Amino acid sequence: MSILVFVDHSAGSARPVSWEIVGKARALAEAGSGPVVALIAGYGLNDLALEAIHRGADRVLVADAPELDGFRAHAWASILKAAIAEADPHIILVPATAGIRDAAALAACELNIGLAADCQELSLDAGGALVAERPVFSGNIIATIEFRGPRQMATIRPRSFPLPEPDASRSGEIVPLAVNLTGLAATEEVLAFEPAQAGELAVENAAIIVAGGRGVKGPEGFAPLRELAQVLGAAVGASRAAVDAGWIPYPAQVGQTGKTVRPDLYIACGISGAIQHLAGMSNARVVVAINKDPGAPIFGLASYGIAGDLFAVVPALTAVLRARLGN
Amino acid sequence: MKFIVCVKLTPDTEELAEVRTDDVGAGDLGVTMVLNPWDEFAVEEALALQERVGGETVAVTLGPADEAEALKRAVAMGIEEAVLVSDPTFEGSDAWGAAEILAQSIRSLGDYGLILTGRQSVDGNSGLVPPGLAVRLGVPFVSQVARVVEITEDSITVMRALDAGVQTVRVPLPAVISVSKEINEPRYPNFIGIRKAARQQYPVSSAADLPGLDGKLVGATNARLTWTQLRKPAARTGRCEMISGATPAEQAANLVERLIADKVI
Repeated sequence: MSILVFVDHSAGSARPVSWEIVGKARALAEAGSGPVVALIAGYGLNDLALEAIHRGADRVLVADAPELDGFRAHAWASILKAAIAEADPHIILVPATAGIRDAAALAACELNIGLAADCQELSLDAGGALVAERPVFSGNIIATIEFRGPRQMATIRPRSFPLPEPDASRSGEIVPLAVNLTGLAATEEVLAFEPAQAGELAVENAAIIVAGGRGVKGPEGFAPLRELAQVLGAAVGASRAAVDAGWIPYPAQVGQTGKTVRPDLYIACGISGAIQHLAGMSNARVVVAINKDPGAPIFGLASYGIAGDLFAVVPALTAVLRARLGN
Repeated sequence: MKFIVCVKLTPDTEELAEVRTDDVGAGDLGVTMVLNPWDEFAVEEALALQERVGGETVAVTLGPADEAEALKRAVAMGIEEAVLVSDPTFEGSDAWGAAEILAQSIRSLGDYGLILTGRQSVDGNSGLVPPGLAVRLGVPFVSQVARVVEITEDSITVMRALDAGVQTVRVPLPAVISVSKEINEPRYPNFIGIRKAARQQYPVSSAADLPGLDGKLVGATNARLTWTQLRKPAARTGRCEMISGATPAEQAANLVERLIADKVI
């Protein structure tokens, strides 16, 4: 009996969601689910295994091979299957981030393990089996998922659980995982990789999001929002209207046909608050709405509202924050 | 080359918020049902690839007889052939069961080159059937395809969106790809298409037509997970506090004080 956590990472650092899951696994382990085993796949992984222990893992399986440089769904699925055979976990937790979630699905289907996708809450039933909660109907309903079978797998959305602080006094075992990747490279040849623009924070991982809608009026209207985001260390998001108009690329879209986010702070600028948009951000802890129209539905969901012109309010906010936060 | 698109009938996104928990699983959600919006991109891409390299297009859907509405939309957009896979014993299947049923129905159609799906459905939201389908067929899977760079008789090169950037990958055919919304702009059905869709026959494939079906994966009793409880997400409590101030600068200062007190900045 153990809990296996598949760690997602990029450019030498783990994605925070990986440690959020390790922290949650630690809590489930204390409730009687056995040791927490972290799995890391990649090439030249260096310190990630030790960090996994500091964040709460008891044991780390490391698959470090040149064939694992760059994401390959089928190779990563093979690694996950090998780790399941090695660690014999009854609970398997994987970040619901792009790429690694496919590896989870491929492995789970091959092994006929039930998989609950995009979970936001986890608990154990009386028998120690996993119970998960996940949004369905595009965030309009929350479903409780119960599993059948000896193993349960779930993918977990970023920011569902607190990030555990590293504890350098923790110790654990780091074990290389032997895997056979022969033939897998031909199944999935990576020909090129173009990294996302430097400094561009993804909305799904951001603690603060500054988002713009129809009210920003054009691509140049996002400039004051970017300045505010920069001062706050925030990501820039958008409503579907702004994306469909071509003012900002699709990865920024928040809502039913875009990303679902749960930041600490969501600043909606010139977003009226169509129900499709609200479905993607209503889990934010604090929502600020800045809109000319005091009757806009976004105010019904906001914690704080400013009925005014975003082109006056947003720069004013940037100036106050710059003075106050000293950057 | 044969292009197969897997589609699903889902609630109209405009009405998703009106779906009541009591109606889920009852067979009638009481809302308008349409072709899953994500699937429109898959249908469009199949048609675009057919225009590019030739071949045939087939749409497949799984579910009760009403699901043929999803096929009708695909045919109205230009898909040539459409198959409904339907059997009472299929009801309650989980993603892996649905993947097995779709895989067997696709096998029963003969040789195929590329299977296209949407990213996920707007109701179940899991996006698990596409990778499951690839596993049950024993072929490669690429998700979140933002562009098809090249397609040949035996391979496809695509751009896949990952969090850290965009990867260009080549996989041998046949393969399953799920497409993202960046890939194209789905066409609207024209009058001729709508008329064709209304007249088209929608053959039904049942369990008896799928001799290779692994019965141990299919149906409610074999589902590896179940939705035991449904609830509406907690409504945000408290009302919106309108921030006062004579000037935008004053409003901004008042707002920042509150955000600092809330410990969000």
